[in-house]
Amino acid sequence: MKSMKKSLLTTAMMTAIAASGANAAGLSDDKVKIGVLADMGGVYADICGKGCVEAVKMAVEDFGGTVLGKPIEVVSADDQNKPDVGSAKAREWVESQQVDAVTGLVSSAVTGAVTKVLTDAKKIALISTSASHAFTTKACSPYNAHWTYNVVALANGTVKPMVQAGKKKWFFITADYAFGHALEKVASGVIANNGGEVVGKVRAPLGTTDFSSYVLQAQSSGADVVALANAGSDFVNSLKTAAEFGLTEMVDVAGLLVFTPNAKALDPTIAGGMKLTTGFYWDYDEETRKWSQRFMERTGGAIPAMGQAGAYSATMHYLNAVKAVGTDESDAVMKQMKATQPNDFFARNATLRADGRMVHDMYQVRIKNADERKGENDIFALEKVIKGEEAFGAMLAQCNFK
Amino acid sequence: MQLNKSMIALVVLGLLAPLALYPVFLMKVLCFALFACAFNLLLGFVGLLSFGHAVFLGTGGYITGYLMSTTGLTPEISILAGTLCAAALGAVYGKLAVKREGIYFAMVTLALAQLMFFVYLQAPFTGGEDGLQGVPRGELFGFIDLSDNMNMYYFVFAIFLFGFWLVNRTIHSPFGQILKAIRENEPRAISLGYNVNDYKWAAFVISAALAGMAGSTKTLVFQLASLNDVHWHMSGEVVLMTLLGGMGTIFGPIVGAASVVGIQNYLSGGELGNYIHIIMGLIFVVCVLAFRNGIVGEFHKLLKKNF
Repeated sequence: MKSMKKSLLTTAMMTAIAASGANAAGLSDDKVKIGVLADMGGVYADICGKGCVEAVKMAVEDFGGTVLGKPIEVVSADDQNKPDVGSAKAREWVESQQVDAVTGLVSSAVTGAVTKVLTDAKKIALISTSASHAFTTKACSPYNAHWTYNVVALANGTVKPMVQAGKKKWFFITADYAFGHALEKVASGVIANNGGEVVGKVRAPLGTTDFSSYVLQAQSSGADVVALANAGSDFVNSLKTAAEFGLTEMVDVAGLLVFTPNAKALDPTIAGGMKLTTGFYWDYDEETRKWSQRFMERTGGAIPAMGQAGAYSATMHYLNAVKAVGTDESDAVMKQMKATQPNDFFARNATLRADGRMVHDMYQVRIKNADERKGENDIFALEKVIKGEEAFGAMLAQCNFK
Repeated sequence: MQLNKSMIALVVLGLLAPLALYPVFLMKVLCFALFACAFNLLLGFVGLLSFGHAVFLGTGGYITGYLMSTTGLTPEISILAGTLCAAALGAVYGKLAVKREGIYFAMVTLALAQLMFFVYLQAPFTGGEDGLQGVPRGELFGFIDLSDNMNMYYFVFAIFLFGFWLVNRTIHSPFGQILKAIRENEPRAISLGYNVNDYKWAAFVISAALAGMAGSTKTLVFQLASLNDVHWHMSGEVVLMTLLGGMGTIFGPIVGAASVVGIQNYLSGGELGNYIHIIMGLIFVVCVLAFRNGIVGEFHKLLKKNF
């Protein structure tokens, strides 16, 4: 009897060990948890923010709400565009709240700090809205997946054709932090390579409201093109000021990073005719319209910005990979994500490269003038589809994480 | 005697807390508690309202962050260096500021702090808006790995206790008695032959050094030194912490820091995240109108009344 009890106990223990072994290969903590970190109330709230949270929730619902029979949870937080706030939140998520992947990620300064925390913890960053190319170049990591676009694609898509068309002298009004510096540097490189020159630049802090002194410097610089290397409401404010000072009539003003909500907010008489590069436009074809329609129903009519569509696409690709490999262990998931091609309404001709760069078709568009617009959401006219390889450039050898 | 008992309770609480709560959150509380204690030394015991104290927090943070990132120094030496730099800056700023009183003192400290803010914004080594990212925590004394949160927590707790002890020691020394005399009646202190400005200056330097130590430690905890720590918002926050907890009390700043950090932490994840500043503002107003002695101050009053 005693030995029977003992053997029963042993069997029970064996089963328990086997079960825990199976758990280790499966999902950690019996769930997949995705964190959405974005600026919820500041200058970048419109281009990701709550829309990104909604897009990620949409992806989870479309996926079925569960993966491998376990629930998928979504949590979100406001990073206030501050690297310390964002990285502290990300640290808390991965260390004490079992978050498996973080998406959203808007300001490049925040993303820089957050990806370092995530890489240390071996968790995946699905970067949807940051522009700096650092996350797949000098700060590359095997756990970074950079979706949507980056500064290289913007410079190649917007700056190159303008220089080639004979606009040789450039002046920059740059957002004074990681993103602006990266964009300015990459764009200056493109300008120099195509025979142009940068005649001057000024740097304005993030969240500047009075751009008049910067615009006046641009006016007196004798440039052919004034490039706005900023984004969000910074872009809107600087362009409005440029229009008020008559700068838009004297020279070309190029918005290097324009999101649809910002373009929509601007008067067509100011912004009409401006050419720019984007990773997504809601009115591109039937598939994008269908998804955007659903998104707009959920968010109360706001058309999706490219980062929000990117957050959906990245989340979907991540969940598919978790399902395929049967675990949420980051190395295995990342390998699977890079081995399969993302393919949805957002990702066209797409691959996730070994360096974590998601390469896909980019679009060169023109902001429509008032008389061309058929409705309030009819903002861009498609000029050209730019092939992914052409837009994003080559991969660095030291960032080849196979 | 009462104080000793509370001290023991504080140490026990501090030692056991990480078993129940997330250590990084606790470390944040401790760093801000130390910062608030340093600030309280000046506001609560000398009656000087410095409105630029964040500059010392940030200076300590940047110096430590820079040394940890670029040289192979151990954390304790980097923290010491950060503290010394903050003290040196405090010595210069204090010398200028103590010449004025009241609102002028507050404005002078604010102006000097803003001066430094722009230096840190533009200086290449701080990384501007990005901050100093990815600062390694390093190994304490060369062999205790601080990347482990528990090790880091007890290190931070030790630093906090040292700072707290130093503030206490200062307050209860003859030097502290004179500081209190200055707070109560400055002309009388002068008439007794004390060189009031020198005393104020010394208190200012001690306070700046401890604020720098808090900043240095915070940088190691979060592996990041950012502009946020030098911004005048931070100077305002420490005023709020001190007033909420109880200005001029020993434990007030700790309670205040824990409350403010706790509330911020709680709000930032929820739906009310956007209204964080409004809520903090309301709390401030209620505190000033309804219980001016702060949480600990009111508690003391209650004890006196009932027992």
